[in-house]
Amino acid sequence: MTPTLQLFLIISAALFCIGLLAALSRRHAIFILIGIEMMLAAAGLNFIAFWRFGPQPAPPTGVLITIFAIAIAAAEAAVGLALVIAVYRRFRTTNIDEIDELRG
Amino acid sequence: MINWIISHLWLIPSVPLAMALAVLSLTNSQQRLAAGLAVAGQVAALLLSLGAFAATLPTPGYRALQNFTWFTFGEQALRLGFVLDPLTAVMLVMITFVSLWIFVFSIGYMAEDAHFTRFFAYLSFFSAAMLGVVIANSLLFLFISWELVGLASYLLIGFWIHKPSAAAAAKKAFITTRIGDIGFFIGMLWLYGRSGTLLFYDGGKGALESAALLSLGPAATWIALLIFCGAAGKSGQFPLHVWLPDAMEGPTPVSALIHAATMVAAGVFLVARVYPLFSLGEIHGVTTSLSVVVWIGVVTALMSALIALAQADIKRILAYSTVSQLGLMMVSLGVGGVAAGIMHLLAHGFFKALLFLGSGSVIHGCHDEQDIRKMGGLRRLMPITFFAYAIGMMALSGVPLFFSGAWTKEEILHATSLWKASHLPHYLMLLGVVLTALYMTRQMIHVFFGPKGGASNHAHESSPVMTMPLVVLATCAIVFSLVLTPAWPWLHSYLSGERPVLNWSLLITPALYVSLALVVIGIGLGVLIYRGGGETDPVERALPQVFRFLENRMWLDELYDWTVLALARFAARLSDFLDRYLWDGLFRLGSTLVGFFGSLTKGFDERAINSGVNEATNWARGLGRGIARGHSGQVQTYLGAIAIAMVALFIFYAWLT
Repeated sequence: MTPTLQLFLIISAALFCIGLLAALSRRHAIFILIGIEMMLAAAGLNFIAFWRFGPQPAPPTGVLITIFAIAIAAAEAAVGLALVIAVYRRFRTTNIDEIDELRG
Repeated sequence: MINWIISHLWLIPSVPLAMALAVLSLTNSQQRLAAGLAVAGQVAALLLSLGAFAATLPTPGYRALQNFTWFTFGEQALRLGFVLDPLTAVMLVMITFVSLWIFVFSIGYMAEDAHFTRFFAYLSFFSAAMLGVVIANSLLFLFISWELVGLASYLLIGFWIHKPSAAAAAKKAFITTRIGDIGFFIGMLWLYGRSGTLLFYDGGKGALESAALLSLGPAATWIALLIFCGAAGKSGQFPLHVWLPDAMEGPTPVSALIHAATMVAAGVFLVARVYPLFSLGEIHGVTTSLSVVVWIGVVTALMSALIALAQADIKRILAYSTVSQLGLMMVSLGVGGVAAGIMHLLAHGFFKALLFLGSGSVIHGCHDEQDIRKMGGLRRLMPITFFAYAIGMMALSGVPLFFSGAWTKEEILHATSLWKASHLPHYLMLLGVVLTALYMTRQMIHVFFGPKGGASNHAHESSPVMTMPLVVLATCAIVFSLVLTPAWPWLHSYLSGERPVLNWSLLITPALYVSLALVVIGIGLGVLIYRGGGETDPVERALPQVFRFLENRMWLDELYDWTVLALARFAARLSDFLDRYLWDGLFRLGSTLVGFFGSLTKGFDERAINSGVNEATNWARGLGRGIARGHSGQVQTYLGAIAIAMVALFIFYAWLT
């Protein structure tokens, strides 16, 4: 089985869907955060795949964007975790269903 | 100094007016201050008046004017002004002088009254208003002051407001004079419409000067008669005389003020002031308007002299005597004797004030008894009052030589005898003189002679503050005749703008014997008839019906009650009826209709407009609720929605390409 673009795209789409599903269905804030990280990873995979199967030789734009995305994701994870702690302190729970401050 | 007074003529009425306001602001306990202020105001006015009088002396026919513009409307300017001429000057002095002594008398007379200060405020106001009438050089200003005099008289006649009769008398005085004033007012408007000015003198442009008079033409007669209506009202001429005797309800000093110095003098003064209007187009001194004045005067003079014969109230007799004397003055003005009329007005001012104050002293001494049949023998008990009263009585009756009234009366009789239209007024006035002497004798005998009546048992002489004015005025009634005699007719010349000539041979004239004879007849008859005294009047015994007729004032009040007042009452009832049933019914119909339309529009409003708006708001509210339900606050729901929308967008995009 030779690695083709379609294969990577399918894997990436699957990864995105799994992440989305996790973000939508889990009740615990940490798991939602993990789901979001997975969607970010799927996006990064797409960048790499399109760069790898694009016309060669090419500047390493896809790799660079992915590296930046990973770096930002790390920061985002830190902010997300801090948010979760702040939310816990405020509401004494991390169950997303019980937090509906945004209700109109 | 004198020039200053001429240019500040307005100060003369202003000072008493200011005092009236000042006194009005005092409390009832500040009696001395109130009386002091009022008297001081009169003294000041008297001094100013004397200054003004002195200014007129050097030049015969002196006249100083001070006109100013009150306000301008459009192209017209309403101008007022003050005038100083012999007529004004003598009136000023007489009014302030007599008022001053009436004020002094009031201090004693009203001493125990609870509203002492108010009384003095009104008195000052009264005198101020009258001074305003006298100095006016504009018919409008005269009218304003004239109405203020009316108001002051209303306040003073009704001073004892708790007495229903006083309240009624005040109302009667006010309304009766008002009837005359309507005529006055119309005449004034007419005059303004014709001549365009209400100033009397204005350097050739005034309403009383030849240019304006010529432009009036025949209308002058009507204007003069309309103005005379006002004068008749104020001066108590028939048929508007009915208020004057009732005005006796006021305190006696008020009666003195009304009857001598102020109110009634205003009418005579007015006729004298606008005399050029009356005499316009004269033929031998006779015009239609002047003839009306003469005949009204004759009727008034005789009628009231007769009524005075049958009255029992000491003040009422004097009141009718005033009406009679005013009639005499009107006759004098009407026949052309303007100076004579004014001279009699001045002399009358002195001795009538004296008589009224004397009667006040008598009433005070007899503890508020006014019925002369219950008095008697006061000669010994009240000697000063008696002598003063006797002098007043002789001046009024016209006893020759020593008393002022005699000279002026003689002058009037002389003027009537020269009237070209008819000799009847002359003879009727001779009869009037006899009647005057007769009723005054009757009063004297009843009050001061004969046996003591019930009321005179505890009588006592009044205090000096009351007798002093009597003495002063009595002296004036005699001394005043010095300037009246035909031998040295100073006042007559002064008023008509001539130089007086001293001629002793004129002192004793045939007219003197005539008036002496008349007075002797009058007094002799009086003594003969009334010597017996007694409770019933001798005339009543002899001619009961005639006496009853006179005692009830010729039924004139009743006649008015049945005619004018009945008409007024009928009109009042009619308008009440119309108001109650016709207008009210129409009004109710209208209001019902409006109510019906109101409920109609209310229904439309509620059912159509309101419900439409309600529907719309309900719908908007439901929509809002629906949208709000989507905002659950669940982050995951939002995320899901975004995901679904993304998918939908992808599908849409795929479908497009």
